[in-house]
Amino acid sequence: MEKMHVKMTVNGKNVDLLTEPRTLLIHALREELGITGPHVGCSSSHCGACTVDMNGMSVKSCTVFAAQAEGADITTIEGLGTPDALHVLQEMFKEHHGLQCGYCTPGMITRAYRLLQENPAPTEEQVRFGIAGNLCRCTGYQNIVKAILEAAAKMNDMKESA
Amino acid sequence: MNESTPPKEERSAALSGLGTSRKRVEDARFTQGKGNYVDDIKLPGMLFGDFVRSPYAHARVKSINTEKAMAVPGVHAVLTAADLAPLSLHWMPTLAGDKQMVLADGKVLFQAQEVAFVVADDRYAAADGVAAVEVEYEELPVIVDPFKAEADDAPVLREDIADQKEGAHGPRRHPNHIFTWESGDLEATEAVLAEADVVAEEMIYYHRTHPCPLETCGSVASMDKVNGKLTVWGTFQAPHAVRTVASLISGIAEHNIRIISPDIGGGFGNKVGVYPGYICSIVASIVTGVPVKWVEDRSDNLMATAFARDYWMKGRISATKDGKITGLHCHTTADHGAFDACADPTKFPAGFMNICTGSYDIPTAYLAVDGIYTNKAPGGVAYRCSFRVTEAAYFIERMIEVLAIKLGMDAAELRVKNFIKKEQFPYQSALGWEYDSGDYHTGWEKALKAVGYEDLRTEQAERVEAFKRGDTRKLLGIGLSHFTEIVGAGPVKNCDILGLGMFDSCEIRIHPTGSAIARLGTISQGQGHATTFAQILATEIGSPAEDITLEEGDTDTAPYGLGTYGSRSTPVAGAATAMAGRKIRAKAQMIAAYLLEVHDNDIEWDVDRFVVKGAPERFKTMKEIAFASYNQAIPGVEPGLEAVSYYDPPNMTYPFGSYICVMEIDVDTGTTEIRQVFALDDCGTRINPMIIEGQVHGGLTEALAIAMGQEIAYDEQGNVTTGTLMDFFIPTAVETPNYQTDYTVTPSPHHPIGAKGVGESPNVGGVPAFSNAVHDAFRAFGLTQSHMPHDHWRIWKTAESLGLHD
Repeated sequence: MEKMHVKMTVNGKNVDLLTEPRTLLIHALREELGITGPHVGCSSSHCGACTVDMNGMSVKSCTVFAAQAEGADITTIEGLGTPDALHVLQEMFKEHHGLQCGYCTPGMITRAYRLLQENPAPTEEQVRFGIAGNLCRCTGYQNIVKAILEAAAKMNDMKESA
Repeated sequence: MNESTPPKEERSAALSGLGTSRKRVEDARFTQGKGNYVDDIKLPGMLFGDFVRSPYAHARVKSINTEKAMAVPGVHAVLTAADLAPLSLHWMPTLAGDKQMVLADGKVLFQAQEVAFVVADDRYAAADGVAAVEVEYEELPVIVDPFKAEADDAPVLREDIADQKEGAHGPRRHPNHIFTWESGDLEATEAVLAEADVVAEEMIYYHRTHPCPLETCGSVASMDKVNGKLTVWGTFQAPHAVRTVASLISGIAEHNIRIISPDIGGGFGNKVGVYPGYICSIVASIVTGVPVKWVEDRSDNLMATAFARDYWMKGRISATKDGKITGLHCHTTADHGAFDACADPTKFPAGFMNICTGSYDIPTAYLAVDGIYTNKAPGGVAYRCSFRVTEAAYFIERMIEVLAIKLGMDAAELRVKNFIKKEQFPYQSALGWEYDSGDYHTGWEKALKAVGYEDLRTEQAERVEAFKRGDTRKLLGIGLSHFTEIVGAGPVKNCDILGLGMFDSCEIRIHPTGSAIARLGTISQGQGHATTFAQILATEIGSPAEDITLEEGDTDTAPYGLGTYGSRSTPVAGAATAMAGRKIRAKAQMIAAYLLEVHDNDIEWDVDRFVVKGAPERFKTMKEIAFASYNQAIPGVEPGLEAVSYYDPPNMTYPFGSYICVMEIDVDTGTTEIRQVFALDDCGTRINPMIIEGQVHGGLTEALAIAMGQEIAYDEQGNVTTGTLMDFFIPTAVETPNYQTDYTVTPSPHHPIGAKGVGESPNVGGVPAFSNAVHDAFRAFGLTQSHMPHDHWRIWKTAESLGLHD
């Protein structure tokens, strides 16, 4: 199959991919760019393990063609924090035991990141609804919800003191 | 005490040992997207394999034409049974003593069965190749109902063993019959039932479901022909057993096989079995000379690998008029699918189903289980369960409710009346188990009090009246459950898998500076072993948990063990960890005594050091001892500080708990709303309360899924109707309630630190709690039994059948 060029920004870096038109964004990220944080759990948009941020929206990268991301600004879990400066969400997930096997975690945190951009002070119900597109088989969500609410509070505190 | 020595409590706290809610060391990589799961592995030249799968549940394979597939760009090879036969790898042994086709050999026996394996440059080219393989099938009659499988004119499913009258577990009475397994005294039980005041009888069905971890199964095989070494990375809950099995069936010497379980994205029993994909990736790597990856997709996972449950349990329970249980009889028809691939210890073809007397002092009991072949996927794995204990707990917790209805008694009161009493432990059950320890009444009373049980019953009665008056269309259900688990398989004397005794192991190396690495025979799939086992060790050897690296899953480096499932890691490998720690300490004591110039018996252990008895200012810390072990010539003591322990537990452990669910049910829509879930667990000594609570939350959510909607369903043609996450229910954060947890602590008397294991308890106890809540809501209207899963449609139908829509 003839390949095509796709240019996008991934975690702040410009990339130029040469890939098949049918390549899914998740496979372009994982296999061509080596960004293996986002995972494949279902390939049908149900589980959200592949969630990435694309042009300011959460998308399930298993159902987006890489070609559709032409010119897009993409952020994955790898772009949210660094080992020396973790994102508050990353810290809170650890603090509140919001993960177990870790497979859903990159998608879950990336989704939570966008949720808190959209709604910086959500209620518990809004958090639960806001992450309903991301499945977790291990935690029962209770600690994930706690971590996100706590992260929201901390982020708001930081904004106020800034 | 030396003034510079901090107080005991302070030094103890600095260890983050037993009982502390230590934050997980795994989380740094997982929260930053740096986990390393099978599909993250990318080796130079690696190819990708994918399966051609059967669209039919039962068909003869007339021909397979791979010519067009081989012509697809990027396709390197297409394997069929004919290619595997010369290597004798077209069939493989199952964990249950049966055998299973790796690739269709003449016929297919379930929908999505593996027919051919296409190896290509990448997963896209492999999919192109799969689509181009031409298979000609001739459909055969299908059996999906296990009760029809033994009819005289039933089609013979397993032609390969049609004439064998003897199977791995005794006589077979029909070509579609696998085994009959019995436990207990039939004659005595029938006599008790015949004479009883009251006998309640019911068929309890625990439907077919699936563990469905978020990461599917997969493997990467790399045959290094230069050195003759095979390395396989895979989603293996038992890597060492996989190595031995791989060696036995491939003929490759065991020392030339290296099995690595990297990070695993949840297992829940799904990743215990050996699947055709693993074998095909290995063969394909041998054939092509380059590494080959296989990763199944979600539908492959749900339709072909490792179902769980599917037990039809016919029960009879007898009691005196005032509610003292006298006997229990259970006959189970077990639908095993096309191959008996249950993951059970060899001597237990129905697992620990004979724990079905539950938490109750039932003097006489009998259990028989018949395993049956049908045209469904093979499996029968323990989905967050210790070998059928989930089925057993659901059975007895339903039968108690059924008996309470028959007696006209409150179901909580009936339980209290029949609980095994604290002073009866160790307790010998009628079906042969020795329960190690328990205190059921204390936890139960705590739970009833926590939910305000009496008030709930009053509210429920008022609700029934209001419903009858037409003032409400919602009913209130109070779901009670008291479970006793049997975990930690197990004693080598009666537990093995394929002849491998179910001990487990830990090996510790203390480094000169006092930090350490410990390796275990188990493998975490999210349980946080690297965090908790370091805590056990920290307390045993007095080194901070943060100074202890924990490693599992690489058979070239870890000591042999039987892996992680059946809540066995803490009871078995956790015990090995404590024992290995004690060996370290014993050697450290000799070194310390030498350094302090006193006799071994003149020093004693004090949190993180040995001190001279009566002279606490004279001591050697573990750190000092470690360094000395590497640089001092100590007479009679070998240099270095290492230990290994292989632990064969003397008994299983028996965690227990009291769970209560309060549920609102809308009679007109069949929808449910969970108002409260209270879960009190007793898992013995608590290693990390934070992780225990996380396990309980997760297990309860899986229980919620199973009870309220999750199933692997088949139509009459044997088509799977729930093969995607569109149809297979996994609760989201919206359907999942908040849980209240509590605990009591009754240590196991035979475990070195008294721990019992907790991972599976919430699934074992949760399913009956949710299901009993649904049943209880309708009790006042005459419902005795309705089968799970209790999805809206089934609940609506229940209401309809009871005339509540009139």
